Amino acid sequence: MYDFTFHRPADVKKAAALLQSSEEVKLLAGGQTLIPTLKQRLAAPRNLVDLGAIEDLVGIERKGRNVVIGAMTHHATVAASAVVMKAIPALAELASHIGDPAVRNQGTIGGSIANNDPAADYPAACIGLGATIITSKRKIEADDFFTGLFETALEPDEIITQVSFPLPIRAGYAKFPNPASRYALVGVFVAERGKKEVRVAVTGAGESGVFRVPAMERALVKRFAPKSLEGVKVDANSLVSDLHAGAEYRAHLIGVMAQRAVEAAEK
Amino acid sequence: MPRMSLTVNGKAVSADVEARTLLVTLLREHLKLTGTHVGCDTSQCGACVVHVDGRAVKSCTMLALQADGARVLTIEGLAPEGGALHPMQEAFRTHHGLQCGYCTPGMIMTAIDLVNREGHELDEHTIRAGLEGNLCRCTGYHNIVKAIAAGASAMKGKRRAASAA
Ligand SMILES: Cc1cc2nc3c(=O)[nH]c(=O)nc-3n(C[C@H](O)[C@H](O)[C@H](O)COP(=O)(O)OP(=O)(O)OC[C@H]3O[C@@H](n4cnc5c(N)ncnc54)[C@H](O)[C@@H]3O)c2cc1C
Ligand code: FES
Ligand code: FES
Repeated sequence: MYDFTFHRPADVKKAAALLQSSEEVKLLAGGQTLIPTLKQRLAAPRNLVDLGAIEDLVGIERKGRNVVIGAMTHHATVAASAVVMKAIPALAELASHIGDPAVRNQGTIGGSIANNDPAADYPAACIGLGATIITSKRKIEADDFFTGLFETALEPDEIITQVSFPLPIRAGYAKFPNPASRYALVGVFVAERGKKEVRVAVTGAGESGVFRVPAMERALVKRFAPKSLEGVKVDANSLVSDLHAGAEYRAHLIGVMAQRAVEAAEK
Repeated sequence: MPRMSLTVNGKAVSADVEARTLLVTLLREHLKLTGTHVGCDTSQCGACVVHVDGRAVKSCTMLALQADGARVLTIEGLAPEGGALHPMQEAFRTHHGLQCGYCTPGMIMTAIDLVNREGHELDEHTIRAGLEGNLCRCTGYHNIVKAIAAGASAMKGKRRAASAA
């Protein structure tokens, strides 16, 4: 790892100012992705701005029909939150299967979303639930936020401060983890958001990251049950093939995981 | 070089470190606490697990400066030198939860974190899920799982395993 200057601002304003005034600067959240990247010298920022001392960025709150989670909230905190478990149990369940316990104790929701790894779990929840990403500058709908592989709508000097999840009627998440990394080989988040709106969001399989499956959504609007998905095929052409799994296999897994996610939502 | 201070195993310490220094490097090379191991250096194996402010984390995947002002507990902090072992350490010994011992400090710190979160009655599934981030190349895990179940109940009533040192 190359050396850098370490900054530890006490509030978001100061952090944003540092992003603007420094050259070759990067934010540090839990470091569970960034530190391995620095070690491999895939990134070599000259300035690192640690968000770890900003208390305002941590916390979980029920605000009306939304659950609002601070960007620096650890995965383990979301997984164990009584508020989340009551309002959106599928989200707590998702957080409880990210990586391993030590990763969950240190990794954050803001870092995960900003990173937009195509096999990460939270992007599927954001798209599935129709979340709003709140930043130091504006509010961004999840649909507009994830723009491609490791790409987001964030500007270089923009900081995620909160993620707001509207309460669904019901929701479920099912993931087939890569047995070595625990990342999703395929993960499917299903949410019934209204009488006429169901969303099916898939992670781990798309060539440009998380995506929705309209054919499944239509089938589930008619009847929200695992059976409705029988025979609904996903085209393997746009899916990832790599050493972990072929596109055909992933296409098949999407069907299986979607059914399990609906089953989980029914409970 | 940035100066930092923190509490390690109950003792206040200060150090001058390069910003890129990892927490595990601070512990092993600056403070000579070599009980914490580096197995992979790529966030996979859990040999480097220590507690920071009561949470088990991989010290190879944290900068020392991120722990500025924090309370850190390492395997050395579990039992006084030459004194009785911590109940979890004792359970690993009794149940043959180690062979070469390389993974053991991380296993024990992870196990104690698991007890702190999940309580003293741990079933096999909970223990195995809790060990997802800890690799052992010797034992096949079976005796580690047994040791943790026994260690968890032995910790009952004893001093609450120093999540804070
Ligand atoms: C062994 C292992 C297993 C894992 N398994 C999984 C898994 O199963 N599923 C999964 O989803 N993830 C997994 N992860 C990744 C983990 O969830 C990370 O915590 C997460 O991807 C990044 O979060 P972080 O807080 O560690 O961010 P960091 O690593 O600190 O930062 C990641 C990126 O986001 C940027 N960033 C961070 N915070 C903000 C912010 N508030 N605003 C703007 N930009 C920001 C940083 O500049 C950096 O580019 C795993 C990681 C490891 C090491
Ligand atoms: S040395 Fe830290 S996880 Fe392997
Ligand atoms: S005892 Fe040798 S690695 Fe676990």
